[in-house]
Amino acid sequence: MSFVRVGVSDLLRRSGMMRNAASMRTTYMKRRCSTTATIPITMIPGDGVGPELMTSVKDVFRGTGIPVHFEEVHISELSSHSASLDDVINSLNNNKVCLKGPLSYPTHASEIESLNMKLRRSLDLFANVVICKSIEGIETRHPNVDIIVIREQTEGEYSALEHECVPGVVESLKIITSQRSRRIAKFAFDFALRHGRRRVTAVHKANIMKLTDGLFLECAAEMAEMYPEIEFNSMIVDNTCMQLVAHPHQFDVLLTPNLYGNVVDNVAAGLVGGAGVVPGESYGEEFAVFEPGARHVYSTATGRNIANPTGMLLSAVSCLKHVGLKTEAQRLATAIANVISERRIRTQDLGGQSTTKDFTKAIIAAFLALPSPT
Amino acid sequence: YLDTVCLNMVNDPTQFDVLVMPNLYGDILSDLCAGLIGGLGVTPSGNIGTKSAIFESVHGSAPDIAGQDKANPTALLLSAVMMLRHMKFFDKAALIEKAVFSVIAENKILTGDLGGTSKCSEYTDEICRKLN
Repeated sequence: MSFVRVGVSDLLRRSGMMRNAASMRTTYMKRRCSTTATIPITMIPGDGVGPELMTSVKDVFRGTGIPVHFEEVHISELSSHSASLDDVINSLNNNKVCLKGPLSYPTHASEIESLNMKLRRSLDLFANVVICKSIEGIETRHPNVDIIVIREQTEGEYSALEHECVPGVVESLKIITSQRSRRIAKFAFDFALRHGRRRVTAVHKANIMKLTDGLFLECAAEMAEMYPEIEFNSMIVDNTCMQLVAHPHQFDVLLTPNLYGNVVDNVAAGLVGGAGVVPGESYGEEFAVFEPGARHVYSTATGRNIANPTGMLLSAVSCLKHVGLKTEAQRLATAIANVISERRIRTQDLGGQSTTKDFTKAIIAAFLALPSPT
Repeated sequence: YLDTVCLNMVNDPTQFDVLVMPNLYGDILSDLCAGLIGGLGVTPSGNIGTKSAIFESVHGSAPDIAGQDKANPTALLLSAVMMLRHMKFFDKAALIEKAVFSVIAENKILTGDLGGTSKCSEYTDEICRKLN
C-alpha cells in the first residue's frame, strides 16, 4: 500500500469548496512589520461604557510607554455624527488591527441588520474567540475554569432575513452554509493546535434543527478527521449550558454557530467573573479586532467611572501579542494579574469600591514596578 | 436580552423571578437554570395548554439504571405537586412538597445521583413517613 501526502488546502481545492484554497492556509492574519516608531492601531470606542474603557487603555499605554498610537473612528448607531462603515474599512485597510468597544442598538432601528452585523460581514470577521479563564483574586463558584468559545459570527440566526408573511406571522431565515461551517471548524482546530488545547466540542441542536445544525455538525466532524491529535465531541446546546454551570471543567474549546455562541460565551463569562473581566478577539482573513468577550454596553454605568476595564485591557494584551509587541503584552498581563490578585483595588462589579480611574492608575503603577526586561 | 440574562443568571440567579420567552431560548435557559439547582433529576415541569396540561420530569429515561430501584423520583414527584396545584389541591401539594424537601435537607436517605446509597423505594418510604 502506498500513501500520497495531501495537504489540507489540496483536499479543499479538490472538493471544489474554496475558490482560493491558499487563503485557507493561514487563518491568522500576520501583521506586516511597521517601520514607524509607534504601531498604528484602529480604535472604535463604541457606546455606553466603551469610551471610558478605551480611555483606560489609552492612559495605560501612555503611562507605560507602550509604542502604539490609536487612530480613532467614532462609529455608532446612536449618534447622528457617526463615522461611516467606509471610514472603518479605510482605517483597517491601513492598520489591519482594531481595538473595539461595545456598540449599542438604537431603540427604533430602521433596518434589521445592526451595525455590529454589518461590521462583521463587511470585514468578514467570521471567527469570534472568547477566552473564559479564571483569574486569581476573583472568587467564583467554580475555580480554575479555562474555556475558549469559538463562534461563527457571519451567518446562522443573524442573517437579518426576516419578513412578515401575513399580519401577525413573522418568519426568520437561519442560514448555515458548508463553506462557512468548514471555515470556522478549521479555525477552531487550528486554534486548538496552536494553543496546545486537547479537545474541541461542537455545540448544536441538530436533534431539532436537523438540516441547519446537522450541516454544521457534519462539517465540524469532517474537519476533525484532519486533526487526529485533537479530540472531538459534540453536545446539544441546552445540555452544554447545564453542564457549564454544573461541571465546567469538562470543557476545553467550544465550537458554535452564531446564536448558541452568543449564549454560551455569556454563560462562560459569568462563570469566571462577568462581562468586565473577559477578553475576546474576532478574526477575518484580513483583519483582527480585539474587544471584550461579553459585548455589553452597560449603559447604566456610562459616565459614572465605575466600569471594570479588565476585559478591555486583557483584549489590548491580546492585541499587543498579535502585533508582535510580545514583551509589552506579557508585562501588561502580569501587571493586571498582580493588581487583581492583591484584591486591594476592585471595581464595583467585583464587590469593591474603586473607580475605573483608580484601577487604571493601579495597573500603570504595577507595570512600572515590574523589573525591567533583560 | 437573552445574552444578558445568561450572564446575569450565572452571576446572581436570585435577581430573577418569572421569565417568559420563545421556544428555543426557553429550552436553553430552562436547562441552564436546572444546572444551577442540582440538575434534571430534581427539576419539575409542566406543559400548560388551553384544553389540557401535561406535567413531566425532563430528565432522560436512564436505561442503564432502569428496573433496579435506583432512580431518583424527585423530579416526577415535584411535577406531580405542580399538577396538584394546577388542579387546585393546594394543601395536599404543599404537604407533599414539604415532605420531599425535608427528606432531601436531612441528607440521610438519598438516591445515588444525590450522593446517597438509598434505593428509590427507601427514599419514597421516608417521604411517606414524613407525611403520616
